[in-house]
Amino acid sequence: MSQTFEPVIIGFLCNWCAYAGGDLAGVSRLQYPPNMRPIRVMCSGMVHPDLVVNALRKGADGVLVMG
Amino acid sequence: MTLSEVTHVSGSLGNFQVTIRQKPRYVDMEKCIACGLCAEKCPKKVDDPFNAGMGKRKAAYIPYGQAVPLKYAIDPEHCIYLTRGKCRACEKFCPTGAVNFEDEERTVTVNVGAVIAAPGFRTFDPQGLDVYGYGSVRDVVTSLEYERLLASNGPHMGHLIRPSDHEEPRKIAWIQCVGSRNINRCDNPYCSGVCCMYAIKQALVTAEHLNGGEVEQAVFYMDVRSHGKEFERYYESAKEKGVRFIQARPHSISPGEKGKGAVLEYVTRDGRPVREDFDLVVLSVGLEAPGNAEDLARTLGIDLNESRFARTSGFSPVAATRPGIFVTGAFQSPKDIPQSVTEASTAACEAARALAAARGTQAREKTYPQERDVCGEKPVIGVFVCSCGINIANTVDVQAVADYARTLPHVAHVENNLFTCSADTQNLIARKIQELGLNRIVIAACTPRTHEPLFQDTLREAGLNPYLVEMANIRNQNAWVHQQDREKATEKAKDQVRMAVAKAALNEPLHRLKVNVIQRALVIGGGVAGMNAALALADQGYPVTLVEKSDRLGGNAWKLITNDAGEPVEPYLEALIRRVNEHPRIGVHTRTTLRSVTGSVGNFHGILEEGGAEKEIRFGVAVLATGARESEPAEYLYGQDPRVLTHQQFDTLLRERPEAAGQARSAVFIQCVGSREPERPYCSRVCCTHSVKAALRLKEANPEMDVYVLYRDMRTYGERERLYQEARRRGILFIQYGLDAKPHVEKDGADLFVTVTDPILGRPLKIPADYLVLAAAMVPHDTADLVEMFKCGTNADGFFTEAHPKLRPVDLSVDGLFVAGLCHYPKPMDESIAQAGAAASRAAVVLARDEMLLDAVKSFVTEKCDGCALCVDVCPYQAIRLDTVEETGRPTRRIVTDPALCKGCGLCAATCPKGGVMVHGFTLNQLEAQVEAALGKAV
Repeated sequence: MSQTFEPVIIGFLCNWCAYAGGDLAGVSRLQYPPNMRPIRVMCSGMVHPDLVVNALRKGADGVLVMG
Repeated sequence: MTLSEVTHVSGSLGNFQVTIRQKPRYVDMEKCIACGLCAEKCPKKVDDPFNAGMGKRKAAYIPYGQAVPLKYAIDPEHCIYLTRGKCRACEKFCPTGAVNFEDEERTVTVNVGAVIAAPGFRTFDPQGLDVYGYGSVRDVVTSLEYERLLASNGPHMGHLIRPSDHEEPRKIAWIQCVGSRNINRCDNPYCSGVCCMYAIKQALVTAEHLNGGEVEQAVFYMDVRSHGKEFERYYESAKEKGVRFIQARPHSISPGEKGKGAVLEYVTRDGRPVREDFDLVVLSVGLEAPGNAEDLARTLGIDLNESRFARTSGFSPVAATRPGIFVTGAFQSPKDIPQSVTEASTAACEAARALAAARGTQAREKTYPQERDVCGEKPVIGVFVCSCGINIANTVDVQAVADYARTLPHVAHVENNLFTCSADTQNLIARKIQELGLNRIVIAACTPRTHEPLFQDTLREAGLNPYLVEMANIRNQNAWVHQQDREKATEKAKDQVRMAVAKAALNEPLHRLKVNVIQRALVIGGGVAGMNAALALADQGYPVTLVEKSDRLGGNAWKLITNDAGEPVEPYLEALIRRVNEHPRIGVHTRTTLRSVTGSVGNFHGILEEGGAEKEIRFGVAVLATGARESEPAEYLYGQDPRVLTHQQFDTLLRERPEAAGQARSAVFIQCVGSREPERPYCSRVCCTHSVKAALRLKEANPEMDVYVLYRDMRTYGERERLYQEARRRGILFIQYGLDAKPHVEKDGADLFVTVTDPILGRPLKIPADYLVLAAAMVPHDTADLVEMFKCGTNADGFFTEAHPKLRPVDLSVDGLFVAGLCHYPKPMDESIAQAGAAASRAAVVLARDEMLLDAVKSFVTEKCDGCALCVDVCPYQAIRLDTVEETGRPTRRIVTDPALCKGCGLCAATCPKGGVMVHGFTLNQLEAQVEAALGKAV
């Protein structure tokens, strides 16, 4: 166990904006904490509420839906 | 054909005979598997031209890792056997017998309808100019050498070190305009147009290459020319990040202490001499036509201009002087990547237009092997982990990720590759699929947004359905953004691979539907860009509807006197409008706007409103060319004094009352009025050249007149620099001002005065002005309606955003939409015309066929649908309707989706409470599997 709290965050990233933004952050070398696990979706509107609830239920500390 | 040059061109447009001499490669391309053994065993080391001579390659070589075709060659100038008759080591070790020393030069003649010349440029060689110290001061390098020093596949694998002692340089200077904008010492008079931006880029990227600690970057410049789209913001960000911009030209460069680094001597703006030490000096060398430009021009039968670039007209920017021969890229004039890529499409357009009658007569389809049916097979997954040179491997422990991948369920094979996208790795993947019966592939590399199509093609070539590949983005969304934390980045990469494997196991073969294409284009905007796009498409045989909201065609061009090459606009414009109006395949609709649009690429359906009446239109593609306008200044007494005019107003005045120029004693131009200001932080690109042209026109009409141009940076890029030089020669006075000390305009009695502080004299000058001409910013027309209708986007300044500034510069993010002219960004007329051709070229790719393949990521209905119709209303594309089907003898309600309208957004899937509708490739199961895998539960 690490000494500090390291949250596990599930990120749903819209292919056309947030995911592209994530790619651009890479190209721009913008540094951010490595806690988010990205999942590419074709639209943030595709993220079923069950996915969010289940992620939290199964141990995610946070869910980001970005679109 | 590589290693080839054109030796003769005979014939004419539509029927050229081109003689090509192909030098021997000494390697049989059919047999070479690019294993690299020949290079490994070759004993002869050669300075590597790709790394600007700073590294070594062998006489058996590939020029660089991503070479196409990826086949080795033997350099006859250095090969020991070919020069001295002994060795043949490569031949001995080649496992496929590909080395062939009997290979001979051959000459072939091909019959073609058109020729496109894209020989590129060479960089200026500063060797002969002692003032720059290049060659005598060890730590003075050219920008191209510096680029290689920064590159991960460069001589030091991207670790930035200076030549003298291989230490990391901490203080670096860039000297601009080396071999550009200089007529004194055999440099070139024109501006190379790209060096300011690449120097800024190099200065910013430098910080990333040094492992922490201080870094100082200084750019010595004449004018910073960041006139491209989003470039001004980049320049501003560099200033914010501490890059020093010093307006001075170092006059002496000498070696630093103990021969390390360099000492620059320069004079500041206020006349103070400075000696400053730098660890490394980069010469921002300019672009020149290739060394053999004259020979090539003679062979092709085309003319060069005085700068040795191919001569073209501003009205047909890619047509060389011989019909049927087109030029593109920096051979036409120095230009950056977006412009080169755009004009490559323009050249393709012009060639296609010239050969429209023959289109498709010799086309052949790429064939793929029969797809293997994987239904019923258990997942057998191959994982390929990419190092991306050092892009990924520097941050993520790729070996550990590969080792971890081996432990995951269903994974049968794992590899780590230096470049997974390289041709040899593609072959390897295909081979492994066949050898090991892999039926799912996971690529842990860069982003699927750019590279998924490549890997999908690899699967198809190996007989697998392309949708059985899944990518884990461990570069853009991991290695590049977690550079400071190797350990956590590696953990994240493992999680990403586990997630991709979990999803891949659930991937099913998908198939793309074919839809019919309406082979008609809609062009919105009847200015020069819109008309050129319409004509380019119509000349290729496609019917075009051209919509213009005002009552006449021509747009801004009516207000221009000449283009930047000095050619008169009006006769051109009149001829253009005549051609458009008389073209049998163009329907012109003035006073018309688009009211609504439905549908998608290939099948758009719109309503036009023409003089109050509505009209339906169907089209396959649209070109947006809605233009821009000169803004209305809010300063410098504009609107309060009739002598204060904008560019366009002043041009109109000169056209209507030419005698006005002769009567005036003085004229003052103020640049950047409303541009490069916090509220409008972009450069309007056209105004510097416009002012210079107008000032020259005044001097010509009245040589006694005092003409002043008050500017911030003169941005007469490319060949336009000659106009600026001419203006200075004619005695037009250029006075620089800063944003913190803008000129002041006042009325003193009846007279108008402009006060500005001259930076050389350090004193305010009060200049009387009979005319004050304001270079007002170019602003886009309001396109909110179009953005809403087509679901496309604009940048913060209101210009349409292209799908990718370099890779897809005239495509919008919405399929089937293309952009040209001022609505994309301010640009001079020659660039608008080129962009219109490029947009037409890209549009013609869709229109060329009567059917097209749709993406496979579409919604589908499952048997759980009970027809509750919740999804019908949420679908933003009206792609779902309710239907009644006969099932087990009684009518049952079910939804039906239309794949042509569906965009795969999945709003339906997120709305459905019962899993009755899903999106292929992104089913609830697949997303759930990724979530569970991310949380550590392998499924």
